Amino acid sequence: MGRARLAVWKFASCDGCQLSLLDCEDELLDIAGAVDIVHFLEASSHVEPGPYDLSIVEGSVTTPKDAARIQHVREVSKAVVTIGACATAGGIQALRNFADHAEMMRAVYANPQYIETLATSTPIAAHIPVDFELRGCPIDKGQLLQVIGAFLLGRKPPIRSHSTCMECKARGNVCVTVAHGTPCLGPVTHAGCGALCPTYHRGCYGCFGPSDAARPAALVRDLLERGVERPELYRLLSNFNAAAEPFRTEAERHDGQD
Amino acid sequence: MTDRTSGTRMITVGELARVEGEGALMIQLEGERVVDVQLRIFEPPRLFESMLRGRAAAEAPDITSRICGICPVAYQMSACHAIERALGVRCDGALRELRRLLYCGEWIESHVLHMTMLHAPDFLGTPDVMTLSEKHPEQVHAALQMKKTGNAIVSALGGREIHPINVRLGGFYRAPRRDELSCLLPDLEAARDAAEGLLDWCATFEFPDLVRDAEYVALQHPDEYPMNEGRIASTCGLDIDALDWEKHFIEEQVPHSTALHAKIIERGPYICGPQARFALNAERLSPRAQQAAARVGLTPQTAQNPFRSILVRGVEVIYAFDEAIRIIESYQPPPVSAIEAKPQAGRGAAATEAPRGLLYHRYDLDAAANIREAKIVPPTSQNQCSIEDDLRAIAPALAALPHAAARARAEHAIRNYDPCISCATHFLKLTIERT
Repeated sequence: MGRARLAVWKFASCDGCQLSLLDCEDELLDIAGAVDIVHFLEASSHVEPGPYDLSIVEGSVTTPKDAARIQHVREVSKAVVTIGACATAGGIQALRNFADHAEMMRAVYANPQYIETLATSTPIAAHIPVDFELRGCPIDKGQLLQVIGAFLLGRKPPIRSHSTCMECKARGNVCVTVAHGTPCLGPVTHAGCGALCPTYHRGCYGCFGPSDAARPAALVRDLLERGVERPELYRLLSNFNAAAEPFRTEAERHDGQD
Repeated sequence: MTDRTSGTRMITVGELARVEGEGALMIQLEGERVVDVQLRIFEPPRLFESMLRGRAAAEAPDITSRICGICPVAYQMSACHAIERALGVRCDGALRELRRLLYCGEWIESHVLHMTMLHAPDFLGTPDVMTLSEKHPEQVHAALQMKKTGNAIVSALGGREIHPINVRLGGFYRAPRRDELSCLLPDLEAARDAAEGLLDWCATFEFPDLVRDAEYVALQHPDEYPMNEGRIASTCGLDIDALDWEKHFIEEQVPHSTALHAKIIERGPYICGPQARFALNAERLSPRAQQAAARVGLTPQTAQNPFRSILVRGVEVIYAFDEAIRIIESYQPPPVSAIEAKPQAGRGAAATEAPRGLLYHRYDLDAAANIREAKIVPPTSQNQCSIEDDLRAIAPALAALPHAAARARAEHAIRNYDPCISCATHFLKLTIERT
């Protein structure tokens, strides 16, 4: 068997998740030694046509052209892994899904007619079958290496889907909500960051999206009892994973309520 | 594709690589005369300025950091400083020093990334850093270690390298203990020595000639090489407060780009970034960085060749290591990790120095400190016109080159600016059309 052919693709995004690969300073040259990186525009002008064994996709679909391009990516790829909140949930740019998109365009561009965009920002899985979704805004580079390694070996990626709260307990942090009344999405947010925010004395803002079996309604009830106000809860649930369920449904219950 | 018999020539590149974001380039030539140059940016717009309306001012550092995964610290710093001005808050002492330290980390990781992984392959004729590492393993390994050290600063202070979580209005969620920073010193000192080696290696590259009579715009501060603070100054005498940015600069939309083009009113295109900072502030570099600049023949005049921008970045890396070490050695934790701000209505503006240049933010807040209006002007949209001007200037040289070499030189000229298209739109397919 020849070496695996790896491709990295960008859709609407900040480039941060694919940068995670270049931030693997200790592992990058070993990765390049183990696989053929044949399509990675941010890093290389050497581009080979498909097929590819593994395509890593960053970003969300926000233009008609990108909606067609993602179909091409699926056609030329054996496996597709999406990385980051944009690719798995639509990203913060999915806030347009719940607003007047034409008005938002007019607010930024004097001539919006020059620009072809969709009124929605959607995750990759809304367009094509995806083999694995890696969460985070940004992703954790250690997890990215685990996922690439697992796909090369034909194994399931060893990524746990429990909550950030569990990571926080394991780290021995004092709970910021219990001790200080700080609103924290740790109980309903997907693990992966190592409970960074509470470790730095702030509440989790959900950048890894909802955990499996997350019940934000129960968390919100508790936070309301602690005196957190609805607009703050709405904003907390409406950022980098705004379009992800069940964050979206819970956020809508508090939209516009003071 | 070249068709010399009919006198027409068209060179195309599908997408420009080794830049952050998506775009294309079109150069149309008639003989050696340039008919048109278009840097086509088709990165899909994400409409941040619209999304910010109605959000709490306190959310702006985290939200705007998502404009760019390469320079999130710059977005966090410009957002904090602009909003703090609107709220009448000022961070001094250790908090100010910690912010500067965070920026040093981002300058190091971003500059070394660009110098070694994106720009050096242009000078040495390789497609990427992986191939470069086969020919120059020592330099690449040393650069990766330097980059890692820059990232270690951002991680220690910000929580993680990309989209740090510890930055907030008024300061930080948690100020680091002395030992959390002092443990970085041995690696920083070793990396600073390696940075001198990286600069000397880059100085052996061959630099194509390009001299342009451009206006350079950067922050200027009386006591320090600028990062977070200073007046917006230019080599043509501009000297303004950030609040006056919109009186002196305009943003224009052109059909071929989803990034707005910034210009100085009545004067036109200008250049921001390392060359501009060096042109306006070289004498405020540390003695070691000044000596390094002199050693590689870098003066405000020679630094005007955009192809030499890699050397200016190298000098700034040495400076950033000097600053980081200075700050850590003298660090005493602040009495409070953040200064609390009372909500109030108002307008605040600030510019800070992102690795690739001036990053301007302006916010209008309501009485509850929610954002009524936001304006963000990233460095790459400011440099777009100058990149097109550079391509016009080298077009006669391009016309004389064979297809592959012309294409490579044009891409190289674009990468001189370390363009971040994700920021600017928020870039690149290359077409050279010759009739």
